[in-house]
Amino acid sequence: MNAAALVLTDLQVDFDVPGGRVSAVDRVTLSVRPGEVVGLVGESGCGKSTLANAVMGLLPQQAHVSGSVAVEGEEILGATDHRLRELRGNRIAMIFQDPSTSLDPTCSVGSQVAETILAHRDIGKRQARERAIELMSEVGIPDARSRFSDPPHRFSGGMRQRIVIAAALANDPTVLIADEPTTALDVTIQAQVLSLITRLSKNHGTAVLLISHDLGVIAQVAHQVGVMYAGQLVEQAPVDQLFASPQHPYTRALLAALPSAHLQPGRLAVIPGQVPDLVGDLPGCRFLDRCAVSRSECIRRPVPVDVNSTRVSCWDVADRISNPTVAR
Amino acid sequence: MSSRLRFIIRRLLQTVPVLFAMSVFVFLIIRLVPGDPVRTMLGFRATDTNVVQVRSQLGLDRSLIAQYGSFVGGLFHGDFGTDFISKSPLRELLAQRLPVTLELTVFALGLAVLVGIPLGILASTGSGWVRRATDGFVIAGISVPDFWLGIMLVLLFSATWGLLPPSGFVPLTEDPQQNLRYLLLPVLTLAVAESAYILRTTRGAMESVLNQPFVTFLHAKGISHRRIVYRHAFKNAAAPVVTVIGIQFGVLLGGAIVIETLFGLPGVGRLLVSAINQRNYPVVQAGVLVVAAMFIVVSLITDLIVGWLDPRVSDGAL
Amino acid sequence: MTTSAVKKRPGPRLRRSAMAGILILALLVLLAIFAPVFAPHDPEAVNAARVLGAPNASYPFGSDVLGRDVLSRVLYGLRVSLLVSILSVLMSALFAVPLGALAGYFGGWVDTVISRPLDMLLVFPALLLAVSLIAIIGPGSAVATLAIAVIYLPILGRVMRGSSLSVARLGYVEGAGSRGSGHLKTLVGHVIPNSISPVLVQGSILAGFALQIEAALSFLGLGTQPPTPSLGGMLADGRDVLVQAPWIEIFPGATIALAVLSFTLIGDGLRAKLDPSGVTR
Repeated sequence: MNAAALVLTDLQVDFDVPGGRVSAVDRVTLSVRPGEVVGLVGESGCGKSTLANAVMGLLPQQAHVSGSVAVEGEEILGATDHRLRELRGNRIAMIFQDPSTSLDPTCSVGSQVAETILAHRDIGKRQARERAIELMSEVGIPDARSRFSDPPHRFSGGMRQRIVIAAALANDPTVLIADEPTTALDVTIQAQVLSLITRLSKNHGTAVLLISHDLGVIAQVAHQVGVMYAGQLVEQAPVDQLFASPQHPYTRALLAALPSAHLQPGRLAVIPGQVPDLVGDLPGCRFLDRCAVSRSECIRRPVPVDVNSTRVSCWDVADRISNPTVAR
Repeated sequence: MSSRLRFIIRRLLQTVPVLFAMSVFVFLIIRLVPGDPVRTMLGFRATDTNVVQVRSQLGLDRSLIAQYGSFVGGLFHGDFGTDFISKSPLRELLAQRLPVTLELTVFALGLAVLVGIPLGILASTGSGWVRRATDGFVIAGISVPDFWLGIMLVLLFSATWGLLPPSGFVPLTEDPQQNLRYLLLPVLTLAVAESAYILRTTRGAMESVLNQPFVTFLHAKGISHRRIVYRHAFKNAAAPVVTVIGIQFGVLLGGAIVIETLFGLPGVGRLLVSAINQRNYPVVQAGVLVVAAMFIVVSLITDLIVGWLDPRVSDGAL
Repeated sequence: MTTSAVKKRPGPRLRRSAMAGILILALLVLLAIFAPVFAPHDPEAVNAARVLGAPNASYPFGSDVLGRDVLSRVLYGLRVSLLVSILSVLMSALFAVPLGALAGYFGGWVDTVISRPLDMLLVFPALLLAVSLIAIIGPGSAVATLAIAVIYLPILGRVMRGSSLSVARLGYVEGAGSRGSGHLKTLVGHVIPNSISPVLVQGSILAGFALQIEAALSFLGLGTQPPTPSLGGMLADGRDVLVQAPWIEIFPGATIALAVLSFTLIGDGLRAKLDPSGVTR
């Protein structure tokens, strides 16, 4: 087992808001190995994007980030601005949801790929240009050389996202964070972009943290999956295992709510209740109010336990493990 | 043919109907005067014979179409008509006056841009007190009437300190140093309000651009802050700023009319005002034509610059 | 199922600077309306003994070249300025709002027929257009009001058009139209009330500029004609005696600046509250 490229340990992100302090990410621990795709799934507002931005150091000043984020063993939380700039686009890279707003509309696409190279490598402009054209071909832009000087609006959404990927991966980073990279794309294009990401990851050994609210996307490409709810990482498992035997009540409910999971046509399962308001005092397990099997211990933060290779934070599961003979 | 070239040609062609409409309006100025413009022009000297004579001199007795035809035809030959009072051809008068107005407005715009844009960029990326200071400057610059500012400056620099002349003019070609001395206060007066607008627009445009997702992606690529602000943000913000500068030039021209009167500069604006007071309609017509044409030309130039800056505009994608 | 227009949420409170603007404007309006009460002297009373007199207790702003009280003249001049600026914007809005709403709501050829001629007016710098209109009709504050209203017609019309364009596309409005509410009812009941706030913002800002334009026109002798006191006219008169009697220039000018400032503050405050997206200029 090779050493993890990206390790998050007890990562916590708090914001000060008029009502009090909100912890948008509550002590998340997870790691991604080289060449591995870890999917992070959860509904809107569960903190997955905040987590991604925290890793890249892109959160505004008002955010309080604590815990540990280590890239190739180097602690980057609390790193100087200078060091962060050296790392970004170089050792760690990030791509965002909407390709039409990720690129500068007034610059040529090629220059935006070459720009990443020039920012971190001491090579000449012409060399960088050649390298950029190579990259553009690698991500599947037809006729890259003549399209180098075209502005972004002359490309389709899928093509633009490929360019974004080329620009992000130009310097062969160890870690790639992809925040909803296919959400803004057509379903048919989604598959293409996802397979591009997986192919690049495999060829270059990049560790990929793929964030999505779409379980289908995760199922297609991830090796490992982490499930987030209201800022907490509630379950983490290899992809097949997560879908085959989900442990956490939220994961179960999520999978049951998938239209395809339904046996009875005409009725969709819903998870009763709402995501809690993150301001103010919250119970240790934030799923408490909506959980069918909650108990008194759930006021305290669950300690993660392992079921086969699934790591889950749930008192109900923990109980079952320590008392296997007790009937549920 | 490249799309940029197509855009330039398209924009140039669009100017034609604009110039046409403008010329029609200017042409109608004399003809819309209630009552008989000729009698008004002649004032107490109007006798029946006079009136008929002058009317035929000015060509007002012919059909409107014929009049417009000779009006436009004259323009193409550089014939702007004749000064009603001095009887001299307006072409020479305009040739004397136009450079003065041009110098005043171009210098004022230049100064305003040199001050407004850098301060605007600074205000968008700067700290709290920088913002508040520029806010105050902007509000003051916009609210204070420019001719009052001019008078106050004269009070200070001329009357009290005797550093600069309160009025008068010397052409640039004759004596550059004196020319600048006479122009300093007028240019400064116009530039203050103008730079306030430019500052405000620049700051707003920069702030709006810096909030866009592609800037976040630039940070994620590890691009330096300086490069983001100047190479990317400013380039995107430049288009709306240039557009506003073009629009504001109209305000500047209006201000020039007043400032020329205030500082006794022999420009087209002051000519226009005195012509109106004298009911010297041919001069009014020529003056309005020239000033409006200046504005149209500047608008054209700024539109072309915007098209060059933002490929979406020249592709017609915006 | 109610068809009443959706009310906008209150949004952030009005900024402090805007409240200051409202206060100042209210004060000025009060002073202007009750000028006869507040003015210590007859604004047109010539007094040889007080020619170019410095400010003192009974003449707080001093007196001008004919011995007239500057404060009284300022108050009466303020009347004219405020009247012209507010009236011109209202007149302009009276036509701009329906025209803009029609253009934005119907689009197509209606839009072209309305917008093209209005855009032609924008070809001219504002003051130039005002001056041309005055050249045709003759000088005076009524003409100035009309001229300013004409200048602002395309600007307000454009703002209204842009705003009603986006409102007209909103689901509930298209729904109302398809329910056969009738275009007129939809326009008056839904589109106009919900798209008018940028016009309010722009109108406030333009009122400030209108005041400046009126002052400039009066300064040039093309606006309010003597003997009616006008702030711009006072500035023109005082130039010759600038050194001996600077108060003739200082006080009227400061009053103009203050009035414009209040309109600007109100406009900016309204913009922050009603139209952060920036349909206005």
